[in-house]
Amino acid sequence: MVEEESLRVVRCGGSELNFRRAVFSADSKYGTTAPCQSGCACVPGILEKELYIFCVSGDFVKVYSTTTEECVHILQGHRNLVTGIQLNPNNHVQLYSCSLDGTIKLWDYIDGILIKTFIVGQKLHALFTLACAEESLFVITNNEKPDVFQLTSVKLPKSSSQEIEAKELSFVLDYINQSPKCIAFGTEGEYVAAVRDFYLSVYFFKKKTTSRFTLSSSRNKKHSKNNFTCVACHPKEDCIATGHKDGKIRLWRNFDDDKKYTYTCLHWHHDMVMDLAFSVTGTSLLSGGRESVLVEWRDASEKNKEFLPRLGATIEHISVSPAGDLFCTSHSDNKIIIIHRNLEASAVIQGLVKDSNIFTGLMIDPRTKALVLNGKPGHLQFYSLQSDKQLYNLDIIQQEYINDYGLIQIELTKAAFGCYGSWLATVEQRQEKETELELQMKLWTYNKKTQGFILNTKVNMPHEDHITALGFCNAHKSENPTLVTTSKDGHFKVWILTDDSDIYKNAVGWTCDFVGSYHKYQATNCCFSEDGSLLAVSFEEIVTIWDSETWELKCTFCQRAGKIREYCCDLSDFMFVFKPSEPRPLYIQKNISREEVQWGVFVPRDVPESFTSEAYQWLNRSQFYFLTKSQSLLTLSTKSPEEKLTPTSKQLLAEESLPTTPFYFILGKHRQRQDEKLNEALQNELVQLPLTESIPAINELLHTPAHVLPAASFLCSMFVNSLLLSKETKSAEEIPEEEDMEQEKESDDSDEENDSTENFQDTSNIEMGEAVIHQLSKSEEKELRKFRKVDYSWTLLPLSLTSSARTPDCHLVPTLTCAGVLSLLPLLNEEEETAVL
Amino acid sequence: MGEFNVHRVRFFNYVPSGIRCVAYNNQSNRLAVSRTDGTVEIYNLSANYFQEKFFPGHESRATEALCWAKGQRLFSAGLNGEIIEYDLQALNVKYAVDAFGGPVWSMATSPSGSQLLVSNQVGCEDGSVKLFQITPDKIQFERNFDRQKSRILSLSWHPSGTHIAAGSIDYISVFDVKSGSAIHKILVDRQYMGVSKRKCIIWGVAFLSDGTIISVDSAGKVQFWDSATGTLVKSHLIANADVQSIAVSDQEDSFVVGTAEGTVFHFQLVSVTSNSSERQWVRTKPFQHHTHDVRTVAHSPTALISGGTDTHLVIRPLMEKVEVKNYDAALRKITFPHVSITPNPQGPHLYPIRRCLISCSKRKQLLLFQFAHHLELWRLGSTVATGKMGEGKNGDTLPLSKDADHLLHLKTKGPENIICSCISPCGSWIAYSTASRFFLYRLNYERDNISLQRVSDATVSRTVESMCLLAVSPDGNWLAASGTSAGVHVYNLKHLKLHCTVPAYNFPVTALAIAPNTNNLVIAHSDQQVFEYSIPDKQYTEWSRNIQKQGFHYLWLQRDTPITHISFHPKRPMHILLHDAYMFCIIDKSLPLPNDKTLLYNPLPPTNESDVIRRRTAHAFKISKIYKPLLFMDLLDERTLVAVERPLDDIIAQLPPPIKKKKFGT
Repeated sequence: MVEEESLRVVRCGGSELNFRRAVFSADSKYGTTAPCQSGCACVPGILEKELYIFCVSGDFVKVYSTTTEECVHILQGHRNLVTGIQLNPNNHVQLYSCSLDGTIKLWDYIDGILIKTFIVGQKLHALFTLACAEESLFVITNNEKPDVFQLTSVKLPKSSSQEIEAKELSFVLDYINQSPKCIAFGTEGEYVAAVRDFYLSVYFFKKKTTSRFTLSSSRNKKHSKNNFTCVACHPKEDCIATGHKDGKIRLWRNFDDDKKYTYTCLHWHHDMVMDLAFSVTGTSLLSGGRESVLVEWRDASEKNKEFLPRLGATIEHISVSPAGDLFCTSHSDNKIIIIHRNLEASAVIQGLVKDSNIFTGLMIDPRTKALVLNGKPGHLQFYSLQSDKQLYNLDIIQQEYINDYGLIQIELTKAAFGCYGSWLATVEQRQEKETELELQMKLWTYNKKTQGFILNTKVNMPHEDHITALGFCNAHKSENPTLVTTSKDGHFKVWILTDDSDIYKNAVGWTCDFVGSYHKYQATNCCFSEDGSLLAVSFEEIVTIWDSETWELKCTFCQRAGKIREYCCDLSDFMFVFKPSEPRPLYIQKNISREEVQWGVFVPRDVPESFTSEAYQWLNRSQFYFLTKSQSLLTLSTKSPEEKLTPTSKQLLAEESLPTTPFYFILGKHRQRQDEKLNEALQNELVQLPLTESIPAINELLHTPAHVLPAASFLCSMFVNSLLLSKETKSAEEIPEEEDMEQEKESDDSDEENDSTENFQDTSNIEMGEAVIHQLSKSEEKELRKFRKVDYSWTLLPLSLTSSARTPDCHLVPTLTCAGVLSLLPLLNEEEETAVL
Repeated sequence: MGEFNVHRVRFFNYVPSGIRCVAYNNQSNRLAVSRTDGTVEIYNLSANYFQEKFFPGHESRATEALCWAKGQRLFSAGLNGEIIEYDLQALNVKYAVDAFGGPVWSMATSPSGSQLLVSNQVGCEDGSVKLFQITPDKIQFERNFDRQKSRILSLSWHPSGTHIAAGSIDYISVFDVKSGSAIHKILVDRQYMGVSKRKCIIWGVAFLSDGTIISVDSAGKVQFWDSATGTLVKSHLIANADVQSIAVSDQEDSFVVGTAEGTVFHFQLVSVTSNSSERQWVRTKPFQHHTHDVRTVAHSPTALISGGTDTHLVIRPLMEKVEVKNYDAALRKITFPHVSITPNPQGPHLYPIRRCLISCSKRKQLLLFQFAHHLELWRLGSTVATGKMGEGKNGDTLPLSKDADHLLHLKTKGPENIICSCISPCGSWIAYSTASRFFLYRLNYERDNISLQRVSDATVSRTVESMCLLAVSPDGNWLAASGTSAGVHVYNLKHLKLHCTVPAYNFPVTALAIAPNTNNLVIAHSDQQVFEYSIPDKQYTEWSRNIQKQGFHYLWLQRDTPITHISFHPKRPMHILLHDAYMFCIIDKSLPLPNDKTLLYNPLPPTNESDVIRRRTAHAFKISKIYKPLLFMDLLDERTLVAVERPLDDIIAQLPPPIKKKKFGT
């Protein structure tokens, strides 16, 4: 049992992987031995070398394997954004990292251990190391004005203690760009090149002089985009490559002479050059930009170039492995592609894709329990919360994405899952002018064979105007699936699945069954009752109830003033949790994040937690996840982060979140039917794979790369121990849920049937439900509840910041939400009012 | 400034010939340029790139090679198989020597300047290299080198004078000068972007003192060869089309190549790292100043010079070699020859003078245009709306009631190009001259019909020193003449003897004119200075002294093109009218001179009298830049000007189409 729990915000993944250049590990010592490089067979018993790739990810540094794409370690310890990582040039199994919290940390990345912490005391924005300057590092600091940055050298004192103050700073260059892409160190650390705006400065360490080369920056068309964007230095020769906003790459030479300097132009990119990197020998130069094409310039000649096209998104960073056999590109869609020397992509590390507008909001796929939201342009991404990995991408728009500034793209605006995840409805729109709206609704069916969604029906212009909401009827499976869409054109439409005109009668499609409207008001939202018998549609400030059998208007409710505002949470570094039935917040959490929280979602738990404290009872059945502006997924947990994120527990979680397979369906459903009366904890156990799989030690054994495992003798005892102790640990976790206190009314309480202690909120809600639906019998009500427990579609929750100083757009956010709770909530309020009257 | 009705003439269908060769002379800092019509021009780079001298073209003399020898001697050779030496003083051809073979493709003077190497075609396709000895007054054939199986298109001496490299089709030969035998034959890769082209023509070679041979070829490659072993050291693919020309600097640390795509690439020898002595050739800057083939390039110590089919001569200074960033450091693009016009005397006195492409008859409103082999006579259009003072706005276009008429098309006889031509102010005489002959015609007008009567045909005898510019006073008393050397001589025409000599000035004279009544001689120099010299008083006028004391406005001195024409207003003696290719200026001597703080280019003259500020800022230089490029501008009568423009786009439109290049986004 957890003794005294205090709720804390825990980062559970999702953050940017493309914030800084990724860093490759050097050839490790325990890789192939030197003599076997000449092509002879490897000495038996010595493992093939493993190359890691490091990338900063929020406050952590993630260590990935370049071959398996697995996250091997997460190096955590920084208290703020990690801004730079570099290998220790003197010891290639160590890694330096710097952070905005003012520290430089030295890690042993093979074991994931923090070795030393150097406290600098200023915000550090980037980190550079030099092989020839052994005792010092270079960092970018800003200690004066907010946008004036300096390149500073930090002398690292030698001491055996864990935490060392490193205060010996000396300025190298002032007034530089914040981005580390704008700094590069030249051959053997003889000079450092920095670019900013329209000039290139080169500082020579030996001569202690700075040369500055300025490009013309006149306003006329020709030179207006001469801005420098990035810089790279040739590893062998005195040559600096700079990237420019107009897509040109300039190769500077003779820059040690202020007069005789000269440069060459390479021009292929039509848009800004995002990053440049020389190969290890300097024979080729790599460049990338918005074209999503990696260009390799050989011999610095304009005619001799190779391309790796179709990388999917803007190349943000390029890095080269110290051995020269691998490149990697970081992309704006939060992925890292590892590329072989012969320009063949070999591995992809994909994080949570950040789209500028998450129109669909956060959803949970009922099948895979994956988080679903807008991904790449025109795609829906399915993101596993537990393993912090993208499961797959679903291309919704199915058109080539043309990346050009000012182009109006087709936007995926709405999506909804229905019928336990077997149907997916999506809406895409494109509006070039006020009058020219292009709308398309697509319905996708889940194919068990391919484990993916297949397009079933495409509806052109389902409505005359923007679609405001869509919702499935989650009633019995036997019934026809039904979908309701509401639109600004004042109509709501009911779509049902019917036989298509096929002689074999095995093709199905969706057709419009009913069009309803109410006094030409704009329909804003819709929701089915849990049994599917009633449909609530809101028209501006009016809620209408329709019978889903006959599509007759049953009754209307009027609110006194204003449009129906949806379930709304105000957040300004605070988080409020409301019960729908109570006007006062249930729970307030302060300081949840440094950044703006944009979206949140409740995810049902497989294993319910048991919080005794009343304030946290709302977390018993579901977990609350939220997404910040920088794309970090955060959650609330009472466990200490160490406990939660040990590699073992992570592995375990990964198993739990395996996508459902046909095997699971056979087994799971069968059992479900068999012991309906069994308690919930047992049911959840059945969801998991066979018993031995859940033993942490075995998992660790099987999932860790063999060469990083400890000795077999050590493993053996651990393995035996785990077998012995496993029963006990399990029992501690699986205490059956007794209390059923929930914050949200209907859906989360899953097992009311055998719950003796039904709480007050629940009953009151049901009473209200009865007030609405008078004709419901007691048995129907039970059935209704049964359905509620499996319905997850309501769980979307918009969050926005309304601190007075910030963002006027936050008021818009609540309108983009899911149907269930949102329309029912005002409905209930309304009922209360009428009851009072 | 006064208001004028302006005839904007754009029917002068003049197309300059393309540039074929340029040769830079380091000693005198002069540049010789030969055009496809055989014309050779000499530019003085020290005197604001002024076109100092010119040798008229000849139909059969298509130049293929041009070179300087021993400092001051200029040779050219061409497809007619002759080697020509020019007399730079008398401005004529000194002699022509047959090179004992077919067309000459290439020519090079030895580093010592005593020998001339000529490659010509023998028989159908065979190439031979011949060595000529340069004697003080002629050249003498010395020896034949080994005959080659295909024509030799380029030649280069090793700086020591012991070896030569010859570029041919598909191979480069290295000859030993002493024995005259080929010691190496280096085959060049025919591959072009992976595709085998039929032939790889070596358009240019350069032999460096370290034994490296640089070749440029039709496959778009610049290649570095080791002449000792005959191996390829490095190859740069720079163009999708031919690389046609190469020129190396004297220090051998940079060279320039020109491509058929109109791009000029600069290559530099840079050290690999700052602390190692290893150096490598690196392609640095590309310059795209041409639209068509760059047929020829030259490398002066401070500038890259290129010329080609698009008729522009581009002088691109090297910033790192220029000491001070001044006016000379700017890019120059010379399109039109620096023509100058001499006003005609009243009487029938005619002088063959330097070429003037356009002349006009004020009384009859006629324009005479000069082309290489014919003359055209046009009558200006007229308008009913006479555009009286105050009527209509400034800049209004008046409707033409009568279009301009093409009255006459006069072809020359013989292969020689016309040097200069003239129509008398009364419009009844036309004169023109070629290099050797002078023609005079009388025009008879019978209503709309014109008959032409040949009056005289004289052979021109040459003087020792050629005169470049002449000016005759309107009263016919004085003649001012300026030759190739500095100084303007004024002659009294009545007594036919020298009246006085204007003090010598370093820069060549670009335009001369004598004012009516006062007989003041106005002289414009290539450094943009303008002097006024009183012929009767034999001294500079007060105004001229003033302006020399105060100095010209810095913007005036920074203009690009020389003043090519000066004229006067008959009713306003204080006005001097002059123009260059980009502006037309009226100098009002009564107004104060501008200093460097005042605005030189006034957008508009004061329109009404109450405009006090405008009047206060008014100064002597009234400049109009609306006509460009301006070839000719003169006063027809008191209120009418004629301006002949030649828009560059019209010239480009008449050139053969350039190599099509894919432009991004099209």
